[in-house]
Amino acid sequence: MSRSPRSGMVENRGLGLWLTHAGLILGVAFIFFPIWLAFVASTVSQPEIVHPPMPLVPGDQFFENYRKALVAGVNAPVALMLLNSGVMAIGIAVGKIIISLLSAFAIVYFRFPFRRVFFWLIFLTLMLPVEVRIVPTYEVVAGFGMLNSYSGLILPLIASATATFLFRQFFMTVPDELAEAARVDGARPMQFFWDILLPMSRTNIAALFVILFIYGWNQYLWPLLITTDPSMNTIVMGIKQMFPSGDDIADWPVIMATSILAMLPPVVVVIGMQRLFIRGLVESEK
Amino acid sequence: MEKRVLFKGIWLPLLLVLPQILITAVFFFYPAGQAVWQSLFIPDPFGLSSQFVGLGNFEYLLSDRYYRASFVTTAIFSTLVTLVSMGVALYLAVLADRLIKGSGAYRTLLIWPYAVAPAVAGVLWMFMFNTRVGVVTWYLGLLGYDWNHVLNEGEAMSLVVIASSWGRISYNFLFFLAGLQAIPRSVIEAAAIDGARFWTRFRTIVFPLLSPTTFFLLVVNIVYAFFETFGVIHTITSGGPQQATTILVYKVYADGFVGQDLGSSAAQSVILLVVVSILTIIQFKYIERRVHY
Amino acid sequence: MATVTLNDVRKRFGTTQVIHGVDIDIAEGEFIVIVGPSGCGKSTLLRMVAGLETVTEGEVRINGERVNDKEPMDRDIAMVFQNYALYPHMSVFDNMAYGLKIAKTPRTEIAERVQVAAKLLQLEPYLQRKPRELSGGQRQRVAMGRAIVRKPAVFLFDEPLSNLDAKLRVQMRLEIKQLQRELGVTALYVTHDQVEAMTLADRMVVMNAGRADQIGAPLDVYAHPQTEFVAGFIGSPPTNFLDAAVLGGQGARLGIRPEHVHPGPAGSGRITARVLDAEALGAETLIHTRLPSGELLTVRQNGTTGCPGEGEEIGLDWADADEMRFGPDGRRI
Repeated sequence: MSRSPRSGMVENRGLGLWLTHAGLILGVAFIFFPIWLAFVASTVSQPEIVHPPMPLVPGDQFFENYRKALVAGVNAPVALMLLNSGVMAIGIAVGKIIISLLSAFAIVYFRFPFRRVFFWLIFLTLMLPVEVRIVPTYEVVAGFGMLNSYSGLILPLIASATATFLFRQFFMTVPDELAEAARVDGARPMQFFWDILLPMSRTNIAALFVILFIYGWNQYLWPLLITTDPSMNTIVMGIKQMFPSGDDIADWPVIMATSILAMLPPVVVVIGMQRLFIRGLVESEK
Repeated sequence: MEKRVLFKGIWLPLLLVLPQILITAVFFFYPAGQAVWQSLFIPDPFGLSSQFVGLGNFEYLLSDRYYRASFVTTAIFSTLVTLVSMGVALYLAVLADRLIKGSGAYRTLLIWPYAVAPAVAGVLWMFMFNTRVGVVTWYLGLLGYDWNHVLNEGEAMSLVVIASSWGRISYNFLFFLAGLQAIPRSVIEAAAIDGARFWTRFRTIVFPLLSPTTFFLLVVNIVYAFFETFGVIHTITSGGPQQATTILVYKVYADGFVGQDLGSSAAQSVILLVVVSILTIIQFKYIERRVHY
Repeated sequence: MATVTLNDVRKRFGTTQVIHGVDIDIAEGEFIVIVGPSGCGKSTLLRMVAGLETVTEGEVRINGERVNDKEPMDRDIAMVFQNYALYPHMSVFDNMAYGLKIAKTPRTEIAERVQVAAKLLQLEPYLQRKPRELSGGQRQRVAMGRAIVRKPAVFLFDEPLSNLDAKLRVQMRLEIKQLQRELGVTALYVTHDQVEAMTLADRMVVMNAGRADQIGAPLDVYAHPQTEFVAGFIGSPPTNFLDAAVLGGQGARLGIRPEHVHPGPAGSGRITARVLDAEALGAETLIHTRLPSGELLTVRQNGTTGCPGEGEEIGLDWADADEMRFGPDGRRI
């Protein structure tokens, strides 16, 4: 996405340049402020928050608050909720990538009965989010006895075709001669898939993993419905459960520490794999 | 577009699509079908039997004051979220695109809120504007403004709009910046030679060339505002006060799970299904066109 | 080494017939080049021999055995593709070894055979590199190496040189010829380039719209084209065609190669023509002329012979034996 610098005529200099930077810094500040405040709140004590205004620089309760959150939490230890979120996010990402790779391979490289029908059935699911069909999906999952289980958290969210679509697009760009060469070399379909197609798709798989991991990690409504047992709560939905009902005062430092913990893994993934992430995002939306 | 080379065999490919077909059938088509089916019935209070009512649920819904209000709320909410998040993102992207050096650094600083879950964003903003401990509330109080989104409908709507737009700015920024950087430098230079100043260049050259990106983001953001903002609403306002922030998805949840009104909730699901389908068709038409040109 | 036989081979894609019955007999160790313009069906024919396309009608036999329903790998063939089709994520060594690995060849034997091929193709220093780190010519060699290590009975080449620049093409052409001679493997080579066809082939097959118009040794085909198409396709500059009625005699069209036309003073010879342009290329000179009938005719003469000026009228003559006459169906009379 980089590009050679623009020539002098349209570039801005002097005051204009500073205004540009000022504008961007303002934007960055707007983006950062809520998170900074949450971080500060997670390092101070409860009294410092409940008697406003709360301080705007970090306090000395960092370890105390985070330890309390991770070990005890409010309803369930946050460490456990992190684990649940991790299993769910990775389960969704890996599961979706596997079934999508397989079905995209079949759809692109084979001709079989009902291929078109399958194709369109899968593609009908493209944009329909789980939110739209929650009640019946909930009943199905409950019928299978999958409430409060990882499979209940993961499987319904795998049932969409975004990844299949992406892999199909990618496979279409793989030169036909490669598959022909493999056939001449004596490769069976699955050998071609495993030895050639899969290694060639590495970057796409990684990029998609980032996107799907974030998607899975950030799920809210679905875990809210099917995990009634606090020990199965994911961290993103668990935060809201930490607020007391009625007039009790919320344990703000612990809640804000949990919020920071909840955003940490996906943010680390995004920053650490920025290039892959941008590529995955732009390509999956093409 | 089809591949020329094919492997032979019928059972292998069927086996390969089986996992996806199974999961999609069980967790997608069956529930979606159930939603359509249930939308035609009213269950009795004990859930033992249900009575066929045809389109009765839909008729009831469309005449329901609250449901119609929810439609309006959703329209206002989606429009505002789309405008705010796209406007701010475009503004930042145009600024970053003007930079010769450092646009990459700003990109890194701006993109990561994409990773913050809407529900977590909701908690952050709810904390800042909390009526008892919120920092912003307190400073607004100093200025003589009494902020209370728990009671004031307009303030509640503003808060959920800001919180929903906040995390979405990164996503839009990324696409706008990529779109801006894809505009050939020579076009802009030609306009500059023609004597167009920055604002004129933006209005007459850059923005029209950016329109595919803008249109794409428009559709995607509307879908986002319709569905993915559930977490924001649920954490900040729970649809209140007086249902002022009850968007359609929230109402499906509230009626289906909290209110246990399955027939109505199913009918609402079906209506949402139609809305999404229309958006999908619009987007596909657009993608198709983009492929052809 | 093996023989390859095509018996009345036909191919239909849906309702479109692309190959209309082709018969070719290839002897052991023979180098056959299939040449023709794009869309004539030459690649399809090769791919049917490879087993990458099904044969609609007719038979393909390798070493006498019918292979119509066999998988490519069971046909004892190797193929070099136009874009090389190297596996981008594998090293040169792995690219060459892949087929052997699948065939469960012992590790030591794989290493040995790849080494031998690499040495033959001067690829030894590059065995650990990825295809993207190689030049076009080197990639071409890897593709050849992949074919060689399998010790196939038949080599199939699908326009293997068309992605190379002109200089490299000449060099690789020679190498392919030498290699084939050295290994003594039967080869079937598809190209649209008549120079490749002329230089490489023991016998060439000129394809036109899904038919094999002529099969024969290159010089024989050049000297005795059986159809108007072959006469026009093989040879550069191409054969001149005139309406036979203008000069009288048999057939619908008359073909005469540029080098067989001898210019003389105006009024001499069989016909008078006006010179449009003379291109002196050094070793030879091409004289482009227009006949009274409006038809164009090119003369090719030695570069040292004096050439007429633009606009001049000259007489053209040729020997009866050099005249090629074709019927209305394009066949030689």
